[in-house]
Amino acid sequence: MGFFDKLKSGLEKTRKGLTENIDRLVGGYAKIDEELLDDLEAILLAADIGVKTTAKLIADIKEGIKTKAITTPQEMRPFLSGRITEMLCAGSVEAPVRSPGMPYVIMVVGVNGVGKTTTIGKLGSFFAQHGQKVLFAAADTFRAAAIDQLEIWGKRSGLEVIKQAENSDPAAVAFDACQAAKARHADFLIIDTAGRLHTKSNLMEELKKVERVVAREIPSAPQEILLVLDATTGQNAINQAKLFSQVVRVSGVVLTKLDGTAKGGVVIAIKHELGLPVRWIGVGEGIDDLRPFDPVDFANALFGDK
Amino acid sequence: MVFEGLADKLQATFKKLRGRGKLSEADVADAMREVRLALLEADVNFKVVKDFVAKVKERSVGLEVMSSLTPAQHVIKIVNEELTALMGGTQSRITISSRPPTVIMLVGLQGAGKTTTAGKLAHMLIKQNKRPLLIAADIYRPAAIKQLQVVGERLGTPVFSLGDKESPVTIAKKGVEHAISLGRDVVIIDTAGRLHINDELMDELANIKQQAKPHEILLVVDAMTGQDAVSVAETFNGRLGLDGVILTKLDGDARGGAALSIKAVTGCPIKFVGMGEKAEALEPFHPDRMASRILGMGDVLSLIEKA
Ligand SMILES: Nc1nc2c(ncn2[C@@H]2O[C@H](COP(=O)(O)OP(=O)(O)OP(=O)(O)O)[C@@H](O)[C@H]2O)c(=O)[nH]1
Ligand SMILES: Nc1nc2c(ncn2[C@@H]2O[C@H](COP(=O)(O)OP(=O)(O)OP(=O)(O)O)[C@@H](O)[C@H]2O)c(=O)[nH]1
Ligand SMILES: [Mg+2]
Ligand SMILES: [Mg+2]
Repeated sequence: MGFFDKLKSGLEKTRKGLTENIDRLVGGYAKIDEELLDDLEAILLAADIGVKTTAKLIADIKEGIKTKAITTPQEMRPFLSGRITEMLCAGSVEAPVRSPGMPYVIMVVGVNGVGKTTTIGKLGSFFAQHGQKVLFAAADTFRAAAIDQLEIWGKRSGLEVIKQAENSDPAAVAFDACQAAKARHADFLIIDTAGRLHTKSNLMEELKKVERVVAREIPSAPQEILLVLDATTGQNAINQAKLFSQVVRVSGVVLTKLDGTAKGGVVIAIKHELGLPVRWIGVGEGIDDLRPFDPVDFANALFGDK
Repeated sequence: MVFEGLADKLQATFKKLRGRGKLSEADVADAMREVRLALLEADVNFKVVKDFVAKVKERSVGLEVMSSLTPAQHVIKIVNEELTALMGGTQSRITISSRPPTVIMLVGLQGAGKTTTAGKLAHMLIKQNKRPLLIAADIYRPAAIKQLQVVGERLGTPVFSLGDKESPVTIAKKGVEHAISLGRDVVIIDTAGRLHINDELMDELANIKQQAKPHEILLVVDAMTGQDAVSVAETFNGRLGLDGVILTKLDGDARGGAALSIKAVTGCPIKFVGMGEKAEALEPFHPDRMASRILGMGDVLSLIEKA
């Protein structure tokens, strides 16, 4: 299975919901009327796209009808898919480049249970498969067996995990890991952090401290701070993205659990409102269930046939 | 937050309204739009919102505007009453079987908070002088067994495990037998997170149910869940017959519209809410508090209640 097919199968349910509904809709209406627009709105809302972004998309459709870009119900879907792709692509930020000889540090952050540690396991495997030397840092010193969990992931790809005892200072773990990454000439250092709700300011401060320590030990690190979002999450994901970005320099989003029926539409709102790009998607619990995010593929997979 | 403005928006909507008399259909139309948006922003499922708004509208049209409440307050009062009624009375109780052990089974999506909640329930039961046993029936997630063992150790509660080579069905069955032999009076089965569309893993739960004969099957749901909460809850309920729901991670700022959605589609009571990561952070569910949380306006509500 090629990349696009896998992405598509991962998003099967997503696509089914949205596309089939739209098709059914379009089939059932001879002309564009208010009722059709209302039903279309419902479909977008059901995908967790949110009230604001949905309103924007509906306004775009109305504009499209006015300017004759859309003249039949059948033209609605490609129009909408195009608009969503544009939204996801707008002002696309390139991933930061690696400076040779220095470890590229990725810090992984997010609320509880979204899939941070699993994503790290998958990322580590991805880079290792591409011949890179990868180190993990177990800076979640809080959750029961979080360190063991990361170690199992490390073992799966033969990667070393830098760790300290449970309940030790996460910033101290990060410091050790930076030293180790430099000494061992690692290409990548991926730091796991404890899940925390974005509203807990003391825990958010702790995250800032980790970022600071890393920045001090390795120039221009962390090159990436990935915010992991669970595709099942609704509009709260916007608050998460906002508050994590206020505390640390979030550079992109990983959208996990897209293998379920959740649509993950909130990332469109996040891109639209906060300009945060999605970098990776998680489509399962296996080590290979991670894909680079491609906005065009995403929108295509969301709306069916390419 | 978008939503804190609902009261203001309703106020503005009704501004045009002059005189007393009854609220006409036209009078309430705009107000219903605001209510609809507010609920959607709170992640209440859009289908549930539709039915709900229809009900509120029915009660609002033809309403005599009293002097003690403005039309906006009136509508909010109705919304609040309907929300609270929909979410049901308080049922924060675990049915304790007259023939111990009482078996509790926790199920849900990945990362919802099952293992943590297993610890919280054990803690609560210990305080009620019960002697729980935890069963580690998640053989898939890396270090899931270890996680439950750490949780059990902190509470001084035994954890039954057969490692990750035996099937979860066998583990659950033998775990219950073990509890009987040890004289433990409550058993809490921690199962692996799974997607509701994964038939094989849903079958596994059905088999655990058959073998371990739980008195309570509780669905653990993340309060931040969006529109998908409905299909998740419907599927788990359809396959297993749920006895209740536990809503986790309510210590954040999620509106928790999932609570309303799930109650509306399954009718299952929400029994407890998770308010943090620690073992003590489990609280009874209060429908009225949840209603004002979903509406995002505790203060407005207490004012109206006084009126
Ligand atoms: N179906 C599915 N499950 C996933 C995916 N990513 C992670 N999971 C599962 O989600 C659960 C939580 O994953 P973790 O990686 O432990 O999440 P975390 O963010 O590190 O959690 P905390 O450290 O407790 O905050 C586990 O059961 C994972 O197997 C995914 O893409 N799809
Ligand atoms: N803030 C907060 N965090 C919680 C709550 N309940 C659970 N968590 C956290 O959520 C994350 C996931 O919890 P787990 O108990 O591992 O979830 P699970 O459902 O067992 O996950 P899987 O076994 O991977 O499916 C952990 O970081 C917990 O500490 C809660 O009420 N509030
Ligand atoms: Mg983790
Ligand atoms: Mg678990």
